[in-house]
Amino acid sequence: MSVISNSVSDATRNQNNTFVWDDPLLIEPLLNSQQKLARDSARNYCQQELMPRITRANRHEKFDRDIYREMGSLGFLGPLITGYGCAGVDHITYGLIAREIERVDSSYRSAMTVQSSLVMHAIATYGSDQQRQRYLPLLASGELIGAFGLTEPDHGSDPGSMATRALPSSSGYIINGTKAWITNAPVADIFIVWAKDQDDIIRGFIIERSADGMTTSKIEGKFALRASPTGNVNMTDVHVKSESLLPNVSGLKGPFGCLNKARYGISWGAMGSAEFCWHSAREYTLTRNQFGRPLAANQLIQKKLVDCQTEIAIGLQSCFRVGQLLDSGNATPEMISLIKRNSCGKALEIARMSRDMHGGNGISDEYHVIRHLMNLEAVNTYEGTHDIHALLLGRAQTGLQAFSS
Amino acid sequence: MKVLVAVKRVVDANVNIRVKADATGVELSNVKMAMNPFDEIGVEEAVRLKESGTASEVVAVSAGSSACQETLRTALAMGADRAILVNTDMELQPLAVAKILKAIVDRENPKVILLGKQAIDDDSNATGQMLAALLGWSQGTHISKLLVTDNEVEITREIDGGLETLKLTPPSVLTTDLRLNEPRYASLPNIMKAKKKPIDEVIPEELGVDVTPRLTVLKVEEPPKRSAGVKVSSVKELVEKLRDEAGVI
Repeated sequence: MSVISNSVSDATRNQNNTFVWDDPLLIEPLLNSQQKLARDSARNYCQQELMPRITRANRHEKFDRDIYREMGSLGFLGPLITGYGCAGVDHITYGLIAREIERVDSSYRSAMTVQSSLVMHAIATYGSDQQRQRYLPLLASGELIGAFGLTEPDHGSDPGSMATRALPSSSGYIINGTKAWITNAPVADIFIVWAKDQDDIIRGFIIERSADGMTTSKIEGKFALRASPTGNVNMTDVHVKSESLLPNVSGLKGPFGCLNKARYGISWGAMGSAEFCWHSAREYTLTRNQFGRPLAANQLIQKKLVDCQTEIAIGLQSCFRVGQLLDSGNATPEMISLIKRNSCGKALEIARMSRDMHGGNGISDEYHVIRHLMNLEAVNTYEGTHDIHALLLGRAQTGLQAFSS
Repeated sequence: MKVLVAVKRVVDANVNIRVKADATGVELSNVKMAMNPFDEIGVEEAVRLKESGTASEVVAVSAGSSACQETLRTALAMGADRAILVNTDMELQPLAVAKILKAIVDRENPKVILLGKQAIDDDSNATGQMLAALLGWSQGTHISKLLVTDNEVEITREIDGGLETLKLTPPSVLTTDLRLNEPRYASLPNIMKAKKKPIDEVIPEELGVDVTPRLTVLKVEEPPKRSAGVKVSSVKELVEKLRDEAGVI
């Protein structure tokens, strides 16, 4: 070997103004070396360790607890948090990691963002110092798995009307209610549960699985996110001590603060999923010949490939911009609604087009695109549906809220 | 014991290489670059020596443009303690790199220097051997196993007939083969820590090394495209074709 370098420095890159088909608006030069290093490390891990497992995991709905430990050892759990065993990276880095994980599967990205943004962020931001010391290091290492209970069977887009109650007792609170569609419910060790207190104010609680009256069930027959277990959390007279209350937040801004972080990660992640589908369709249509020439030689195919390319290029730039604004403290929830809605909706369209370009083979999970397509149906729906984000943005634009009469 | 590990910035192994239209080299504009995979194995082995208490310090060194800082940050994120960049925009050939590394060795006095057995861009497989000759050190090339004690370096090499075990008297130059180890993924906390680790920069002139290329590249071109094969109907026809057309028997 030798240590010969290429003689091209970063400053002179793209001196010929070449067009890069898979990075058409040149996001790469916007990244600093630490962001690229984190992205490359995440990509290597995801492609070498996660990609070989996903087809079986998805086909057989197999959840692998080891993946949490692996992600923990790489610092992917709670990466935005500083201290408690967490790396304290910027929002761009967090987004880049979500994109690499979801390039493999939305289930694995869900595992990462639920733990990081919904559970660890809640404890880091709203918890007491004692709660942070107790839970964050174990959640960061993947030793403990967390879940986040906001949605209820009769309260989805409208969580403010939740029915779960936390009423004061002599030593703390007694919680009753049911949470539905909860990622990790069947396997989680701790749950962040949002409930209304005696004054109808939403409060957050950390509840351990071992608490009396806590039971969970698994939702069977899911056609999306099959490598990520989802279920209900049933709480019947669950007694928790007052130390279980997240002391530093009340009202809907608690869960929404967590969801904002998670939705930002989803915005990048969905683009990773879309990129996989697009690259796969390009490869497939370039190598498959029909009527004596590659499928990609057809105008119909080229139009679809360019639609994929365009939406992904624009989508990634928007994610990058919101990441910058989050880092500088200038982001608003509406911006995150905008990119979550755009990324998920566009990724779903791209997955459908890519599935179509794969012809009959696109139906088989060996080609992975159908798996991404099914996943994105869930990703476009959870953490604020495509439509509800439109209503949030519509309210911000017109001043008129359209949620209820 | 100090360990020096050399790392080269090369085109990422997953990139489809394209030859420049003027046949002077391969296209590097907007091409993803990465650490030479064999060097990554070298860094991993050096870090393991440190973790096992055998090595006291791991120093990564790279030669090339300022962009090599990224490659050195990767080594630091994997666990190297500090790094040295020999900064030059000149084209560097194996002998020049061996001379640069000799100058760095003279400054740093490591007991062991680890290099990849070759780089995946030029496949020269020369720098390690040249460096050992320039230093007058023992050399172990293409190693698949390494044991370092105070007075001895024991290495295993995969050779045609099986495994060859050699004992070297340190200081030694060691070049890594694929099966020496599986490099770790840099973790986010270590990537953040690597930001604070120092990268010293020197230029070849400060080291008293003349890096002027001695070899001239005449032409770089893509290998010929594979043409379609033919089916033969019998062994007789196969033998005839091998003898008369291919001229191999």
